[in-house]
Amino acid sequence: MALPLEGVRVLDLSQVWSGPLAGRILADMGAEVIYIMSRQRIPLTQVSPEVATILGWYPNNDPGEDPWNRSSVYNDFARNKLGITLELNTDEGIDVFKRLVKVSDVVLENFSPRVMPNFGLDHPDLKKINAGIIMCRMPGYGLSGPYREFVSFGTNLDPASGMASLMGYPGEEVHMSGNAYPDPVAGLHAAAAILTALYHRRRTGKGQGIDLSQAESATCVIGEAVLGYAVNGKIPRNRGNRHPEYAPQGCYPCKGEDKWVMIAVTTEAQWSAFCRAMDISDLADDPNYSTAGLRVKNQDELDKRISTWTLNYAHYEIMERLQKVGVPAGAVLNAAELSADPHLAERDFFWEIEHPRAGRHQYCGLPIRFSGTPPCPRRPAPLLGQHNRLVLSGILGLSDEEIDGLEQKGIIGSTPLM
Amino acid sequence: MEKALEGIRVLDLGETISASYCGKLLGDFGAEVIKVENPRGGDPARNAGPFPQDVPHPECSALFLYLNTSKKSISLNIHDPSGAAILKRLVKKADVVVENFPPGTLQRCGLSYEVLESVNPGIILVSITDFGQTGPYRDYKGGRLVGNALSGYAYINGDPDREPLAGGGDQPAYQGGLHAYTGVMAALLHRDMTGAGQQIDISTMECMASLHQFTLNRFAYSGMIQKRVGNRYVFSHPITLYPCKDGHVSISPSSEDQAERMLIMMDMTHLLEDERFQTGYHRLVYADEFDALVKPWFLDRKKKEIVELCQEFRVPAAYVNNLKDLLEDPQYQARKFWTSLDHPVAGRLPYAGAPFKMSETPAKPERAPLLGENNEEIYFGKLGMTSEELGTLRDRGIV
Repeated sequence: MALPLEGVRVLDLSQVWSGPLAGRILADMGAEVIYIMSRQRIPLTQVSPEVATILGWYPNNDPGEDPWNRSSVYNDFARNKLGITLELNTDEGIDVFKRLVKVSDVVLENFSPRVMPNFGLDHPDLKKINAGIIMCRMPGYGLSGPYREFVSFGTNLDPASGMASLMGYPGEEVHMSGNAYPDPVAGLHAAAAILTALYHRRRTGKGQGIDLSQAESATCVIGEAVLGYAVNGKIPRNRGNRHPEYAPQGCYPCKGEDKWVMIAVTTEAQWSAFCRAMDISDLADDPNYSTAGLRVKNQDELDKRISTWTLNYAHYEIMERLQKVGVPAGAVLNAAELSADPHLAERDFFWEIEHPRAGRHQYCGLPIRFSGTPPCPRRPAPLLGQHNRLVLSGILGLSDEEIDGLEQKGIIGSTPLM
Repeated sequence: MEKALEGIRVLDLGETISASYCGKLLGDFGAEVIKVENPRGGDPARNAGPFPQDVPHPECSALFLYLNTSKKSISLNIHDPSGAAILKRLVKKADVVVENFPPGTLQRCGLSYEVLESVNPGIILVSITDFGQTGPYRDYKGGRLVGNALSGYAYINGDPDREPLAGGGDQPAYQGGLHAYTGVMAALLHRDMTGAGQQIDISTMECMASLHQFTLNRFAYSGMIQKRVGNRYVFSHPITLYPCKDGHVSISPSSEDQAERMLIMMDMTHLLEDERFQTGYHRLVYADEFDALVKPWFLDRKKKEIVELCQEFRVPAAYVNNLKDLLEDPQYQARKFWTSLDHPVAGRLPYAGAPFKMSETPAKPERAPLLGENNEEIYFGKLGMTSEELGTLRDRGIV
C-alpha cells in the first residue's frame, strides 16, 4: 500500500539532529528524501576513537575502517533516505544541486542563516529555478533579529527558550535537559511545517519559505507556562517532580542500583487506593495526610515514608501494583529496560534494520501509527555516497562520463575528504 | 494573505494538552476547528489555571487560552446517545477528528473509527493516549511524570547521584499533539490521492521514547547505558551552565575549534597544555577541576558581556532565560514572536506565536472561544437545527 508521502521529493542538507530528524520523519512516511552530505564535513563521526568508545557510538565500540558508515546515530537519522555527496563550495556542485532543485518539492537545511545565501542558494534563488519549491530553514534563532547570526547548539536553546527554567530540583537553579531536547522539538515542528506547506501547494501550486527558529519552537511547547506568567506575574519556581496542588507526586527509589519509580497521586480515590496498595502502611489514617493540601504541606515527611516502602520492591513491581488499583505510576526505564519493555515489544515499536556495514540493530520506529498506510523500514541508511550514481543518472539523467568527471574532480565520492 | 489549511474542518474533542495542541496548530494555520466540549464545565483545562490574580474562572485559564486559539466551541455531551448522533452529523461534514480520551471511550459512545468511517469514508481520526490503543499498558494511568518515566526520558535527566527529573513542562503531552498534527497532515495529503481516510494511533510514551535516539541507538550498537550527567553534556565539556555576575550563562563549545576559541577569548589557552584538559572528553572527566579554574572568569562578568564576547569568537553561548526574561528578550521581540490577543473575559495578553513562520501563509491565531460560544452558529448554521430542537437538547443537558 502506498505510504502517505509517496511522490514527494525532499533535498535534505541538514546536520546533527534537528534537521536530520525532520527529514527522517518525512522519509519514514514515504517521501523520497535525498540526504546530501559534504565529504568535507561528515557529521557525527568526527569524535576521537576514545570518545566514540565512551559514547558507545559504533557496533561493539569498533569504529572499523569506515566509521562514517558505522555510526549508530547517523544510521538512525538516514534510514529510509537516499544518500549522495556533493561539494557546494564548487561551481559544479552548485550546478548539480540546482538541477536537483528543479525536480524536487522541498529543500531542508539547518545551517547558520548566512550559509545558503553565501552559496547563492537562498529561497529567492531557488524560486527562480522552481517556483513551487518549499524551503525550510531552521537555524537556532531564526532568519531575522539581533541573534540571527548567533552560533548555537541544542544545549543552548534549552535555557534560551525558557524550557530549562521549568526543570530542576525543588528550589534550586535551572537544569539542562539530559539530551538537548529542543533539537527534536524543532525537528518535529519542521516536519509539520513542510507538510503544511505541501498541503497549501497542492491547492494553489505555490511554494514558500519557512523560517523556523529552534528557540521559538521550544518556547511553543511551554506556551501555557509563559501565558501563565503573563496572567499572574508569577515566575514558576522549580518544583522538581512535585505538583503545586497534589501530593504525593515524585520519583521514589526502588530495589536495585539506580532504580526509581514515578508516582503521581491526584484524586482522593487514588490516595485511598495508594494507601491500600502499600501493605505496610498506616498512612490512610494519619491526619497529617488526610487532604491534598495537607499532603502537599507535609510532603517531605510523606515522601520519606513512601521511599521506605518503595525501596523494598522492583520498580516494575510497584508500577504494576499501583496501576492495578488505578494509581498513576511508571518505572523509570533506562535504555536497556526500554529496549526490552513488554509494552513496546507488543506494539512492535522497534524496527530491526540490517545495515551492510553496521550489522543488524534495533531502532525506534515512527510513533505515528497509520491504520491504512503503516510506515516501515524500507532501506537502511545509505553508505557515504551510495546513491550518487542512482540519483545523478536516474533522476537527473547525467551520462556516465559526466558522473565520472564529477568523481574525478572530487565533487562527489564515497570517502571523506579530511 | 491566504491560509495554508483553508477549507479543512476539524472536530477537536481534546481535553487538556495533547489533542488541544494538535487542534491549535490546525486552527492557527487556517483550518476551521470546532472544539467539542462537555456541557458540564467543558475542557478540564478551563479549571486548571494559572488564572489572573490566581482567581479561578473557566474563561481565564492560561492553559486553556493558549491551547485553544483559533477554535470555535460548542458544548455537546457525546456520552448521551442523542449527543453521539449529533456528533455523527458533524463528522459527515468534517475532515479530521482529534481526541485524547482514554482508550475505549469513543467505542463506548458508539463513535468508534468504524462507525465514523461508515458515516464519512474520508474521515481521519487521530487518537492520542499515554500508551496507545493496544498493548499491556493500554489502560494504565499516565500523565507528565509517568510519561517521563516510562519513555526513558527521566532516567537521563538530572544529577547522577540524585533522583531522575521530569523535563520542563508537560513534554509527553505536547509531543503527542505535535506527532498527531504531523500525522494528520500526512493523512490529508494521502487522502488527496486516494480519497481514503484512516485512523492514527499516537502513544505519548512512544513519542518521547523516539526522541532520545542517542540513548537507545547507543545501547543497540554497543550495550552502553546512558546515565544522568547533571548540568553537563554526555560527550564534551564545557557544554554547561556557568554562574556569572548577574545570573547564569549557557556555554556549548561542541568542537575542539570552538573550545580553543573560547580559551583564547578568556586568555586561558595555557589550560590546553594541561593533559587533563586537552579534549572535550578529557575536560568532562576532569570537569570539576576545569570548572574551578574557569568559573572566576565568568563570575567576574555580566551575562550580556559574556554572550556577546562568545558570539564574537563564534563560541555557542546563550542567555539563561526565565519566563520574565523571555518576554523581554530582544530576539523574540524583534521577530514579533509574541502575539497579542484580546479576550472578552481574560483581556489582552501576549501569547507564544507560531512555531514556524511561513512566507505565504503565516499563522493567524485568534483568541480562544468561550464555552459553547458557537453553539448557535454550528447547530443552526451547519446542522440546520430549529430553535425547538436546540432548546430540547439544552433542557436535557446534552448541549
